[in-house]
Amino acid sequence: MPAVQETVARVREIDVDKYKYGFVTDIDSIRAPKGLSEEVVRFISAKKNEPAWLLDWRLEAYRRWLTMQEPTWANVHYPKIDFQELYYYSAPKSTEGPKSLAEVDPELLATYAKLGIPLKEQEVLAGVKGAPRVAVDAVFDSVSVVTTFKEELAKAGVIFCSISEAVQNHPELVRKYLGSVVPITDNFYATLNSAVFSDGSFVYVPEGVRCPMELSTYFRINAEQTGQFERTLIIADKGAYVSYLEGCTAPMRDENQLHAAVVELVALDNAEIKYSTVQNWYPGDKEGKGGIYNFVTKRGDCRGHRSKISWTQVETGSAITWKYPSCILRGDGSRGEFYSIAISNGYQQVDSGTKMIHLGRDTSSRIISKGIAAGHSNNTYRGLVSAHRRAANARNFTNCDSLLIGDKCGAHTVPYIEAKNASATFEHEATTSKISDDQLFYCLSRGLSAEEAVALIVNGFVRDVLQHLPMEFMAETQKLISISLEGSVG
Amino acid sequence: MLEVKNLHVTVDDREILKGLDLELPKGQVHAIMGPNGSGKSTLAYVLAGKEGYEVTAGSIHWNGDDLLAMDPSERAASGVFLAFQYPMEIPGVATMTFLRTATNAVRKARGEGELSTPDFLRLLKQKAVALKIDPEMLRRPLNVGFSGGEKKRNEILQMALLDPSLCILDETDSGLDIDAVRIVAEGVNALRSKERAMLVITHYQRLLNYIVPDRVHVLSDGRIARSGGPELALELEETGYAEFGEAAA
Repeated sequence: MPAVQETVARVREIDVDKYKYGFVTDIDSIRAPKGLSEEVVRFISAKKNEPAWLLDWRLEAYRRWLTMQEPTWANVHYPKIDFQELYYYSAPKSTEGPKSLAEVDPELLATYAKLGIPLKEQEVLAGVKGAPRVAVDAVFDSVSVVTTFKEELAKAGVIFCSISEAVQNHPELVRKYLGSVVPITDNFYATLNSAVFSDGSFVYVPEGVRCPMELSTYFRINAEQTGQFERTLIIADKGAYVSYLEGCTAPMRDENQLHAAVVELVALDNAEIKYSTVQNWYPGDKEGKGGIYNFVTKRGDCRGHRSKISWTQVETGSAITWKYPSCILRGDGSRGEFYSIAISNGYQQVDSGTKMIHLGRDTSSRIISKGIAAGHSNNTYRGLVSAHRRAANARNFTNCDSLLIGDKCGAHTVPYIEAKNASATFEHEATTSKISDDQLFYCLSRGLSAEEAVALIVNGFVRDVLQHLPMEFMAETQKLISISLEGSVG
Repeated sequence: MLEVKNLHVTVDDREILKGLDLELPKGQVHAIMGPNGSGKSTLAYVLAGKEGYEVTAGSIHWNGDDLLAMDPSERAASGVFLAFQYPMEIPGVATMTFLRTATNAVRKARGEGELSTPDFLRLLKQKAVALKIDPEMLRRPLNVGFSGGEKKRNEILQMALLDPSLCILDETDSGLDIDAVRIVAEGVNALRSKERAMLVITHYQRLLNYIVPDRVHVLSDGRIARSGGPELALELEETGYAEFGEAAA
């Protein structure tokens, strides 16, 4: 039968259940009472022994949230979420606050070992020989369980810890920057996060310091019916540089789980932040049942002159992805970059893209987005590039390419462009293509299997973006791409 | 020995091959000539296993193996190689990467063990030099922006790397100037051996000045209409395919 038909036939058999991180860790947890109320917000704040200003901040967000509506403009469809049916806080009993490695529950260490995440400082990333060392903050459900290499980083003046710890030990920094990029009024999910955020990472790189190693946070949702609301705050002071990587997985569960994170980046004069994400949340089974709802607000503020923020994301998981890592180019001469690979298979829905807001003079931005849709999935790129009146000589280059595998999936591109300054130069390129039967046959006739052929073609398609990932994650990402597309062709 | 017996092939409900018989022993080079639309490329694709070419009757055996029971990658592993008339472009995939992936896929399937990167590069360099291939070409994405000559030389390079026992060359001379034809033909001739069979499909006799065949078959209306020695190609050059149903050009 013709390859297209066979592709369709195979796509029907897609076994997304091959998701290899789908196991559950059996561990005693402490939870907040079910549902969302002022009491739950107070419970979370009290658990974390937070100062009064932070509790007030949360409560203000909670009251604001009560008046807000869920956004419906994204190209994603799902049953209404009952926010009273969720738990907003879950922590392994043994881990009341981060400890040293020696004190971490062995069950947790085993979990991270199984995920290939090195929590012992002498280890490097699994399977990568000679990789540079990476400091890891491991967040399990609502709390950070351990942060590695803290002492060594402290010698360089770099603060890398859970945000809960930062609230205790560096309250002045947290108070100054928290909510300064994504205000509590920003949007439905960011406001919800502001009310109930549990943990996440905090990074401060002082003036003139180049962070001596990659920083990484690894998020794991374990408990059922539990939302994860982490909050990440990264500040690069004048002339500082930091590269940060975020990874995520979750067990396979029949119900959908909510993940509504907020990430705020602040780059002061001449500072640079490179933020990479490899998102591999559970995508749901082959019928589209279960999976993570990933409603995330990520924004970077190039607050200083000649500062630079670069987002690189590889999105392979989640049932629904709703995510637009953005840059506010406030400082003159600042630069924003967004490199994205979004792969959807099965019944996944992706609505993702970026916003580049040019406020300062001589600001520039670059967007390279590669969407790959297979199975019955839908993959939308949504982007905004805007230049405000003061943004003389703003420049943007956007390239959005979509690749379709099979004929039951969809790719959509929704670019918005606003220029209020006549000297702005915006370029936009977009293509949509299909892996053709002829390309596949050519590869097969050279001895490649259908899956090797698709992986090769897709890796070629995403090459421009892969190059922007930290070296040690490139190989893993290539593997992840192959796994995500398993069974997408016959 | 390639044995094709009473091969009937339908494409989009139209019968293209109508009882084709062909025997090609190891160590020989046979040419398939014929007018446009006689089914030459169909034969090439059916041998390599392309989807959409439905075999309604007949058989194809290579060294006793039933090719029709194998998928294209299995055929590649068992030694079948098709040099495409129109090689496909794969953006973003360096030619060298593709060549290494293909070489190792075939070696693995044959139980020969994959080549290490340095060993592969040594082999590649040696084969590329013989075909006058610029190393810079190997770093470019596969066939993207290649000239006609570069594409065809790249096909022959793949043939040399994959070490096939049955080589099918589909209109390898089309779109090439005379110098390129000569380079490609030299590459092909270097691969002639007692263990290898070659099927050279061409519309024009020109290529056969350089790759001299043991036998020439004329394909017309889906069957072998006539067979002979190399002199048959010269005769066709004189008379054209008029007697095989195509008006003289």
